[in-house]
Amino acid sequence: MRDVAVVGFAQRQMKDFDGSPSMAELLVPILAECYEQTGWAKKDIGFWCSGSSDYLAGRSFSFVSAIDAIGVLPPVNESHVEMDAAWALYEAWLKIQTGEVDTALVFGFGKASAGVLRRTLTLQLDPYTMTPLWPDTVSLAALQARLGLDAGLWDEAALAEVVNRSLTDAEKNEYAVRAGGSSVGELLARPMFADPLRKHDCAPVTDGAAAIVLAAGDRAREANQRPAWITGIAHSSDGLHLGTRDLTTSGSAQRAAAAAGGTDGVQVAELHAPFSHQELVLRSALGLGDDVALNPSGGALAANPMFSAGAIRIGEAAKRIWDGSADKVVGHATSGPALQQNLVCVMEGRN
Amino acid sequence: MTVAFDYTRSTGPVIGRFLTGLRDATIVGGRLGDGRVAVPPPEFDPVTHQAVTEFVELPDTGTITSWTWVSEPVAGQPLGKPFAFALITIDGADTPWLQAVDVASPDDIETGMKVRARWAEERTGSVTDLVFVADDGNAPETATPAGGTEDVGLIVTPVSLDYRYAASPEESSFFRGLAEGRILGQRCPKCRKVYVPPRGACPTDGVPTSEEVELSDVGTVTTFCVVNVPFLGQRIKPPYVSAYVLLDGADIALQHLILDIPAEEVRMGMRVKAVWKPRDEWGTSIENISHFAPTGEPDADFDSYKHHL
Repeated sequence: MRDVAVVGFAQRQMKDFDGSPSMAELLVPILAECYEQTGWAKKDIGFWCSGSSDYLAGRSFSFVSAIDAIGVLPPVNESHVEMDAAWALYEAWLKIQTGEVDTALVFGFGKASAGVLRRTLTLQLDPYTMTPLWPDTVSLAALQARLGLDAGLWDEAALAEVVNRSLTDAEKNEYAVRAGGSSVGELLARPMFADPLRKHDCAPVTDGAAAIVLAAGDRAREANQRPAWITGIAHSSDGLHLGTRDLTTSGSAQRAAAAAGGTDGVQVAELHAPFSHQELVLRSALGLGDDVALNPSGGALAANPMFSAGAIRIGEAAKRIWDGSADKVVGHATSGPALQQNLVCVMEGRN
Repeated sequence: MTVAFDYTRSTGPVIGRFLTGLRDATIVGGRLGDGRVAVPPPEFDPVTHQAVTEFVELPDTGTITSWTWVSEPVAGQPLGKPFAFALITIDGADTPWLQAVDVASPDDIETGMKVRARWAEERTGSVTDLVFVADDGNAPETATPAGGTEDVGLIVTPVSLDYRYAASPEESSFFRGLAEGRILGQRCPKCRKVYVPPRGACPTDGVPTSEEVELSDVGTVTTFCVVNVPFLGQRIKPPYVSAYVLLDGADIALQHLILDIPAEEVRMGMRVKAVWKPRDEWGTSIENISHFAPTGEPDADFDSYKHHL
C-alpha cells in the first residue's frame, strides 16, 4: 500500500446559495484555496473526482458544468460519483494506490435549497415499495429515533445533549448555518417537528461545497508540514429494505470501522450524523469511548451540505492533525436513509 | 420549474406477487432463509442472498412497531393532511413495513397499537392501495373486488420535483441584457475568449470571467441539424433547423432556430441575424429572439469558424 495523506481542505457552507445549481462560481475560490494551501497549480493534480447529484440540481449532467471550475484545457483525468464527495475521496485514494497518479483533488457540491430536500431524497429509496409513498428522510430518521427510545437505548435528554454540545461547538465554526447552545431543558421545551424529533434534532438544509487534496509519499510532505496520513479507509452498505435491518444499530458503519483497522487511540472523531440520535448509533458502531472528542466543528447538526458534508467531516478531522492538536483522528460520512451507507477514514500524524 | 417523469417499471416474480396481492386486497409476505416472514418480500434474502421463492398470505392487521407524526406533509404523500408514518408488523410477519396511518393527531397513535388496512376502492397494485387505521375491534370493512385478474407485471411510478432556480451573477447580467435587446458575453482574463451565455468560470482556465462584452446579433452558422422528429411540447412543425450560431465577436456558439429559409438550404458558414420578437413581448429570456434568419451576405470562410466547431 502507498502512504496517502490529506494535505488540503477548503469549504463553504451557507443557508441559501444565491447562484446556479452547477455551483462553478462557488468552486473556483474553493479550488484556489486548495492551490494556495499546497503551493500547487492545476497541473500538479493527477486526478479529479467529484460528488454531486442531478436530482439536487434539477438538471442533467450538472457535474459537467461544475468542471468549468477546474479549467480543462489541456484535458484532465476526471471522474464523478453520485454520492457524497467522501466516496469521491475513496475513489481518488484507490486511484493513487494503483500508482497511476500521485495526487488528487476531490470536491463535492450541492444546492439543496433549490428543491424540497426531504422530498427529493425519497428518490434514493426502493422505487417499488417505498417511493410511491414519498417517505421523506426526516420521517424515516424519526422512525429510527423512536425505535431507540422505545428500546431504552437513548432518551430525549440524550438527544438534546448531542444538539446542545454540537450547537455550542458550532459557535466557533465560521461556516455553521445553525449555532448557539442553550440547555437540555430549553431544547426539550421546543415543539415537536417529526415526533419524536424536534427541528434542532435534524440537520439544517444547507447549500455548499468542499474540496480535499490527497497526495502520496513525498508529494504529501512537500504540500503539508504535517500531513494527515490515511491509515485506514473503508465503506460498507446495508440492505435496501428498512424492515430487514436493525435500525438501532449500524452494521455497515461497524463493518467499515473494522475494515479501516478500528478506532483504538482515536482522539477526535468527526461523525456525519444528520440527526441527533444517529450520532449515538455511530458512536457505538465505531466503538468510540467517552474520551474521544466528538464533532468539534459542530458536525452536521450545524451545517449539512448535501454531497460535501461527509467529505467536510474528513477535512475537519484532518485539520486536527495538521495543527498538531491530535495524532489520530477519524472522519466518517454517511449516505442513504437512516445511516444505510457509511464510510470511515482513519488518519494519523507522524512526527 | 418542475421536472417530471413517469417511470414504467417491470415488477418481476417477487415484487409482482406482492403488488398483485395488494391489488387483490391481500398482504403477501416472503419467507427468508431463517424462516422469518418479511413484508414486503425482498427479492433476495438480505443475509444469505438466496432468491425468495416462498410466499405467505397474511391478514391485513398488524401492530405499530415505530411511528412518527408528519406535521408538514410534502407533495405526493398518501394523505393530504398531517398523518403518521409507521413501521407496522403485520400479524404473522416478522419484519416491519413502512406505511401510512390515518389518525387525527399524534395523541391517537402509540407503539404497540393494533391497526388494520383500509383498502382503496380502486386498486392498481401499489403500496398506495391501502393506508392503515386504528383497529377498533369491529369487523373490518370488506374490500371491493379486485379490478383485474392478470398479475401486476408493470407499474408506473410518476416522479415530479419542483425547483426554484437562481441565476448566477453572470447569467443575471446576460438575462437583464436580453430584456434591453442586448446580447452580453464575458471575456476570460487569461485566454481572452468570449463566452456567451457567460459562465461562472472559463472552462479552459478555471478562472472567473469578469470583463463584460456586448456582442452583435449577427453571426455564422457553424453546425446545424434538421429536426424531423415530432415530440411532446414541440412548437414548430417539422422539418425545421436548430443550429449553433457563432455571434460576431464570440468564441462559443449559441444554440438557436434558423427560420425564414427552407430547411434544406441551411448550410455551415451561412450568415444569419437575430429576429427579435416585438418589444412588448420581451422578458428576461433568450426567447426574446424569435429565431435567426439569413442576412443574404456571402457565406463565411470555413477558416473563420473552424476553431469553433
